[in-house]
This record gives sequence, C-alpha cells and structure tokens, in this order.
Amino acid sequence: MYVSVRDRPAAQPGRTAGRVATTVVLLGVVSMFTDVSSEMVAAVLPLYLTTQVGLGYLAYGFVDGLYQGVSAVVRIGGGYAADRNGHPKWIAVLGYGVSALSRIALLPAHGFATIVSVISADRLGKGLRTAPRDALIAASSDPAQLGRAFGVHRTLDTIGAVLGPLVAFALLAMVPGSYDSVFVVSFAFAIVGLAVLLLFVPNMRTHAATARTGLRVVFRELAGKGLRKPLIATAILGVLTVGDGFLYLSIQQRDDLTASLFPLLYVGTNVAYLAFALPLGRLADRVGRARVFVGGHVALLAAYFAAGGQFGGIATTVLVLLLLGTYYAATDGVLPALVSRLVSEQTRGSGIAAAQTVVALSRFVSALAFGSLWVLVGRGNALLIVGVLLAAALPAAWMLLRPSDKPAEAAA
Amino acid sequence: MSTRIRVAALAAIVVLSLVAAGVYVLRVQREQASEAKAAPAVPVSDLTTAMAGPHLLFRNTALGNGYGKLAVVPLSDPGGPRALTGVSCERAYSAAGRSVCLSARRGITNTYKAQVLGDDWKAVGDLPLTGLPSRVRLSRDGALAVTTTFVYGDSYATVGQFSTRTLVTRIGGKESADLENFKLYVDGKRITAADRNLWGVTFADDDTFYATAASGGKTWLVKGSLSGQRLDSLRTDVECPSLSPDRTRIAFKKHGDLPNGEWRLAVYDLRTGKETVLAETRSVDDQAEWLDDSTVLYGLPRTSDSGAATSDVWAAAADGTGKPRVLVQDAWSPAVIRD
Repeated sequence: MYVSVRDRPAAQPGRTAGRVATTVVLLGVVSMFTDVSSEMVAAVLPLYLTTQVGLGYLAYGFVDGLYQGVSAVVRIGGGYAADRNGHPKWIAVLGYGVSALSRIALLPAHGFATIVSVISADRLGKGLRTAPRDALIAASSDPAQLGRAFGVHRTLDTIGAVLGPLVAFALLAMVPGSYDSVFVVSFAFAIVGLAVLLLFVPNMRTHAATARTGLRVVFRELAGKGLRKPLIATAILGVLTVGDGFLYLSIQQRDDLTASLFPLLYVGTNVAYLAFALPLGRLADRVGRARVFVGGHVALLAAYFAAGGQFGGIATTVLVLLLLGTYYAATDGVLPALVSRLVSEQTRGSGIAAAQTVVALSRFVSALAFGSLWVLVGRGNALLIVGVLLAAALPAAWMLLRPSDKPAEAAA
Repeated sequence: MSTRIRVAALAAIVVLSLVAAGVYVLRVQREQASEAKAAPAVPVSDLTTAMAGPHLLFRNTALGNGYGKLAVVPLSDPGGPRALTGVSCERAYSAAGRSVCLSARRGITNTYKAQVLGDDWKAVGDLPLTGLPSRVRLSRDGALAVTTTFVYGDSYATVGQFSTRTLVTRIGGKESADLENFKLYVDGKRITAADRNLWGVTFADDDTFYATAASGGKTWLVKGSLSGQRLDSLRTDVECPSLSPDRTRIAFKKHGDLPNGEWRLAVYDLRTGKETVLAETRSVDDQAEWLDDSTVLYGLPRTSDSGAATSDVWAAAADGTGKPRVLVQDAWSPAVIRD
C-alpha cells in the first residue's frame, strides 16, 4: 500500500507538479472497492454455479465465455457516449451502478437464464465504465505524468483484485456455503465505491458543451494519421499475445501442479503487476510510453521462452509470473496514457476505448489461434513459434509506435 | 455540496453498508448455528436395520445436523425414514460392501478428497483426486473405482473453461489410469486432438466400461477397455452413461438441440440401437442410476420453501412411459445396493 502514502494527493486540489491528481487517486479508490466487489464474486462463481445452482461444467464454460466476451462489445459505446455528452463521470456512474446492482440481483437469481442475464449486466457495466474512467484520469492529469497517473490507478485497482478473493474465502470460512453472504458483502463494497465516485470525483467536462462530438468527428480521429499506426501496432502485438491462462496451463502441465495451487498463479502475477505498475508508469513518462509498451512485450517474449522451455521448477515458475506481471504493468495502464496524447480532448474516451477494444479483439483471435496451434504442435513448440513471431514483430511495432513518443517527450 | 457534507454522506454510506452487510452475515451465521444443532427436518431411523436388505445410499440434503451426510433408506420404503451415517460427501457410490466418498473443503485453495469406505463407513484408503468432484462409480465387485473431477484450467480452447480428468483406480493398487491417455477412435478414426475430454464412466465388467468422450464440441458414447487402453465410439450426443443391471441398455444425458446447459434423459438399447427419451421433461444434469431393470433414478435441484438449495432423487420408467415421481425427498447422488 506504499503507493497511497508516497503519492498522497496534494493537500490543495489541482495539479501540483510532482503529485498525482486527487481525482486519479479517488478513481483508484473507486476501482479498488469495485474490484474487491467483483473479484469476490468472480472467485466463488465457479463453485456457486456448480455446487449450489447445479450447473454442469459445460454450462459453466458457457457462462465463463460470456463473462469474458460481453464487456469488449460495449466498451466502444461507453467511450463514445462519454465523448458525446462531454460528462464521462455520468457514463462511469452508470457503469459502476449497473455492476453494483447486478450483485444484489444474484440473491434471488436461481435459474441458468437469470444468472446469465445478471452476469451479462455486470460485464455490461464494466465495459461501459472503463473508457470514460480512463478519459477522466487523462483529463485530470498533467500530460507529462500520465503514465504515473495510470500507474497509481492500476496499482489501487489491483490491490482490490488481490483482496477480493481473500475476503470472499474468509467469509465462506465464517459462514460455510452461504454464497448469499458473499453477494451481500460484495454489494456493500460496490456501494462504497459508487459513493466515492458520486460524492468526490468532480464532474469534469472534457470539452466545451457547445459542440456535441458527432460520430463523424470520432471516426475521423480514430482512422486518422495519429492513431492509425499505434492501433495497427497494438493489433499486431495483441494477436501474438498468448493469454495468461495458456501460460499458466503450460506451467501446470510441465510441472504437474495440483489444481489447488492453480489460483496462486493468478495471485503471483497480480502481486508482480502491483509492484511494477507505478514504477513502470513513471518510467513511461520519462523515457516514452511507446518504449515501455514495447518493452513490456519483450518481457512477455521472455515469459514465453521461460514457460515453453525445458527447464521446470519453482524458479522458472516465479520468473514467468514476474515477467507476466511486468508485461501487464508496462502495457495495461501505459496504453491509455499513450493514446490519450494522440487524440483530441473531444474524442479521448473513444480513442482509449478503441485501443482497448483492439487489444480485447486481437487477444480473442489469439486465443482461438493459439488453441489450435497447441493441438497441432504441442505445448512447448506452440509457445516457441509464437515467441519467434513476436520477436520478429517487435521491431515493426516499434517503428509504428515510435513517432507517438515524440509529443510526450516534447511535453516533458 | 460542501466538502464537509460530502465527507459526512460518505461516512454515513460506509457505516450503513458495513452495518447492513455485517448484520446479514451474522444473522446467517446464527441461523447456521441453530440449524446445525437442530434435529434433521426428516424422520430418521436405525442404520443397521436400513442396511439389512437391498437399500439406497444417497447424500442427505434435508436441513438440520445431518445435512451433507450420507444416508440410507431400504428399497422397500424409500420415502420413509432415513438412516444417517456420520460421513459427509459431495458425491458417493457404493458396491459390494465398499463405498467411495468424494468431498471438498473450500478455502483460499480448495482441497478435494476421494476416500474409500468400508462397510462400517470408516475410511480404509484414499484415491487420487485433482479438482472439483463431479462423478464417481465403482465396478459391481467393488474392485475398480472411477472418479471424474473438473480441473480448473485444464482446457485451453476457451481460457478459463473447465475441463475434466477421469481416473480409474484398482482399489488397494498404486497406479491410476487417466482415460485421457487412452487411444480414442471415432468411427474407426483415431482422434489425437488435445481437447479430448472424458467423463462419466460406467463399468460393464472388470475390463470393459462405457464413458463420454468429447472433442471439438461433440460428444460420443465410447466403449473402453482397460487392458487395451483404447476407446471406441458407439454413438454421438451421449453424456454420463449408466449401464442397466442386465447390461443391455444405457441411460444417459442427451443435449440434442436444447439451449446451452440443458439435457434430457434417454435410454439407449445396446442390442437394437434404439433410443428412448424418458418422460422427464425437465433438464437433468446427473449421471443416472438404475433402481432396477425398468426404472432410472436421477437427482434434480430444488429451492426449498425456506429458500435453501436442496435436491430430490426422482424415478422415471426406462421405457419412456408414465410420469416421473419423487423417490426420496431432500436427497442427491443415489446409489442402489441390491445385495
């Protein structure tokens, strides 16, 4: 938690140099509470569906796919809506609110169909809020320190993600089998997050209210010169990004990890992400966001070779988790920071949303393709092949992304 | 709104949320404590008497201090009082004086156990088990045990999707056979895709068994040989097969063109190849059990009047006629012991 100590918001509001804006920390706190809330539910959902609701595991797979898929679709919509009315806060409130309500709706939900719709609502909320929230972070931060601002936000966010499952399992230990208790407490966390957002995050206008941002303006910006190359680079890198689930599987198969240890892999990556999000965000502000973004993919490349290679054992596993955490820390918050500088203020939400959607879609393609490759050539070889492709793509991505570092460096 | 008012409002919301959630959890905890002390909500009887003749073993899901424990009713009076054992299981099966109990302990890391129990319900050994208990069967002589669990992250097609692991173990032996290592043939063609999945085994004899195989979104009924380490497909769209006592028919779950996560029970005649859909119109997700050569048993979840999740064991005629009836209320995972 050292982050909130070192980057305590300035006593006087505003953009004091060298400090992260109060709004960013507040949004981080909102995300932290919301993540505790959503990760609590996500952690117990498989058990709840299979043991309490009585769903078979195939039906569970369907729910899980839905869980991953829905948010990417509405993301662009959330970004555009925020740009269009110029009040990203209210779109974010809507998104956080829908997710919060979905927790309490899990209480009476028992059938397969109701649970599917409740989970869809939750993901809908997540998709809706992400881009406007990132636009708010960008709008309230010093452009030269955007990387650090996103680093602070993602750190707080990840603290919530680590705490959520712990809270959920502590609760289940206290009241065994009472999933309703988990949902109620999760709802309480979501309400607190929503309250912080509503009461304290300023209703910032991202542009003059006179001109509503039309679809055409947004499209012109997204397809325009500034964003085109970075988006192409993001897509290329995204397609060659093997999901962490596959990497964990690879480790699990090689070392024959027991299923009970499997969740610890997620925790390990989150802890590494937590540790590196802020330092790498600051580094991005200093040496260029594109450089750190590409550097994150170098760490990913190293993770492939560590996970796909012949050497097993705990040391390699820890190394993979560290590299994976580094990759997330160098890309997840750095990408919106990078994009924010490339689009006009009026279309910032849409720009961030477009980049995140490109990431989500290209990773989906990657998951399908990698699944088939795994079947064809086996675990280790599949990772090595993608690794070689990624190594070849990195210089090209760097050429495409390098120009976008220029304005950031000029501003610094 | 001034900052002071906003801070006060936030404090009020935090306190309110904390208190409300806390009160809810504490109330559940108190209820659970009083329920655990309360006598079972169903009449109980003596264990030795209940086990004297042919009987049904199941997981008791009636609220009270026997919740989750294995219970026994005589087949002569399945709806009557039940006798409770001291063993808690998620799923169980029993044959030839031996039972296998799959249990799960939840925590930050979940631990699962498969225990072999003697006829006095004392544990005599452990079976290897990785993952969330799903299905368990014993061969008729009680010599072979098979468990299906779903292992988180054993699947790669959709990240985060569950996949199964099915292990056959000779009780008392050291080695277990993982069915995923057997050679799978569909219509004579070898399937090597890594997304092969196997679950829901039913034994025919000491070597032959039937099971579900899945790959590329399709499922098959397969006939397997332990000594030959091989599986051959017989029919598509069959899940969780269960062989009848006379070994002529297989009861199974059929997906057909139903929505995702729904199945109907059907019976497949191995001699004629005829398929009969049973009279049960609700979706069944269970490995069926045969009460006798003409009746199929299965569990269906239900929400009790007090809102708690429970389940009943139902019986339906194997020839597709008649109407399904509740055989045992507040029960799950039935196993019929005929001798």
